[in-house]
Amino acid sequence: MSQNLESLTVETVFSRWPFAQQHLAEAGLAEIADKPEAPLGELLNAGQLENLGNFISVMEDFLGTKDEKVAEVTILGGRAKDGSDEPVRELTVNVGDVVCIVGPTGSGKSRLLADIEWVARGDTPTGRHVLINGEVPGDKWRFSSEHKLVAQLSQNMNFVMDLSVEEFLNLHAESRQAADPEEKIKRIWNWANELAGEPFALDTPVTSLSGGQSRALMIADTAVLSASPVVLIDEIENAGIDRQQALDILIREEKIVLMATHDPILALMGDKRVIINNGAMQKVIEPSEQEKANLTELRALDAKLMGLRHRLRMGERLDEI
Amino acid sequence: MRFVTVSGPPSSGKTAVIIKTLEHLQKAGQKVGVVKFDCLFTDDDELFRKNGIIVRKGLAGALCPDHYFVSNVEECVQWGLQEGLDVLVSESAGLCNRCSPHIREVLALCVIDNLSGIGTPKKIGPMLKAADVVVITKGDIVSQAEREVFAARVHMVNTKARLLHVNGITGQGSFELSTLWTEAEDTATVEGKKLRFSMPAALCSYCLGETRIGSDYQMGNVRKIDLDLPTGLKTDGAPGAAE
Repeated sequence: MSQNLESLTVETVFSRWPFAQQHLAEAGLAEIADKPEAPLGELLNAGQLENLGNFISVMEDFLGTKDEKVAEVTILGGRAKDGSDEPVRELTVNVGDVVCIVGPTGSGKSRLLADIEWVARGDTPTGRHVLINGEVPGDKWRFSSEHKLVAQLSQNMNFVMDLSVEEFLNLHAESRQAADPEEKIKRIWNWANELAGEPFALDTPVTSLSGGQSRALMIADTAVLSASPVVLIDEIENAGIDRQQALDILIREEKIVLMATHDPILALMGDKRVIINNGAMQKVIEPSEQEKANLTELRALDAKLMGLRHRLRMGERLDEI
Repeated sequence: MRFVTVSGPPSSGKTAVIIKTLEHLQKAGQKVGVVKFDCLFTDDDELFRKNGIIVRKGLAGALCPDHYFVSNVEECVQWGLQEGLDVLVSESAGLCNRCSPHIREVLALCVIDNLSGIGTPKKIGPMLKAADVVVITKGDIVSQAEREVFAARVHMVNTKARLLHVNGITGQGSFELSTLWTEAEDTATVEGKKLRFSMPAALCSYCLGETRIGSDYQMGNVRKIDLDLPTGLKTDGAPGAAE
């Protein structure tokens, strides 16, 4: 690496690895930016070149610029709370799948999701194993944040940064070193507006978005900018967001979607339903034809409730429903 | 005995992370203890005790908390050995951001939280920079994007550390952290070992109890702030100032 760097000009290095500029500035070498044409070899000593080389390779690794795609995640069954074998021995989820996870409080839903996040290797209390693309994954999935397998969306999450929507998305795109950030930001903003129904501007502060708008922005942003191939959703609130479209966006961006939900509409939208009890996956079921038919009815009910909600907002009476 | 030094800004969740993590080791039959360092006051020792953790606390009082830590750490290790601990954790609160209690060859952990602002990783310096493991807390209440941005900022400051998200309330991620603690090096003494980063230099009249303000009362290691505009900056932002 350091030998290559020597012959590259300052300009080339900065455009190829934008984070190099900050690294050099912090090393007290900010002034080399004044000589864009000069090769690095003339400006830095061997030690400085080596440090820069190491920093670049660590950052590349961190940003996942040289990574293969996650196409499927496999969970190999372990033990239930009572030590017996987990009934489901193998569950493979593919990119584009929507999997619902159901079970009472304390049944082991969180542990299952934690096992996936930690890419368990038989070394968690459940003894499960998690494979990526059919193989035992390396340590990077555990410890580097950009290789986190799971991105999370939950009702309790809020934006805490004092920034406009555009500044916020820019910051996220920058930290991911995303290619073509303008296009991505536009896409996120458009999608979020479609999901939320109530449009917001790019210069709206993220902290003043409504609940529905925040959720919509978080979903669109996670779909487009998050590096994690698996998205875990802990319920999507009913109010003010098109849930089917939210799932469609995540699927279109090639995510694996896991949903912990007891909402009948969401649960029936899934391709599979994992039933958890006693700390183990008891069964994996697919929606039946009857359930699919019921989904249409449930949606009609849901639309009716949404309509009533809208009428209330408009100041109407609900004498007729 | 495995020894872990834990540092982090105030209220970042150090105590909660330690309790949740030690719980897993206790379940595995290990004897665990904590020495809590603080400045003026702490009742966290009660929290540890409630959770079946043997604890001692040290209050720096009038002394620099960092110097107080380093002058007492070997005694703490010997205490842990006497108690027959399998794992000893030192928790340092009240350190200034210039400082780090991390010791070479001793597992060093920094706890930092998502709510502290994205400038924080750069501000807190050595306690983050010199850590082997960085634990990020309070991830359950901010957006995925903010978690990713924050983690990226942490990574810019410390590219080598292993990064983990732990929820101090539910304990999510603490089992994973406990597996790293069991991998810590066996420590029989820290005598002769070196701090990873030197402590802040001081010894001025104020160290010796001076309270009056003014150059006449200042002696010893004193440095003055530079209030001139940095070169290249034409205006300091005052209303109506010329460009």
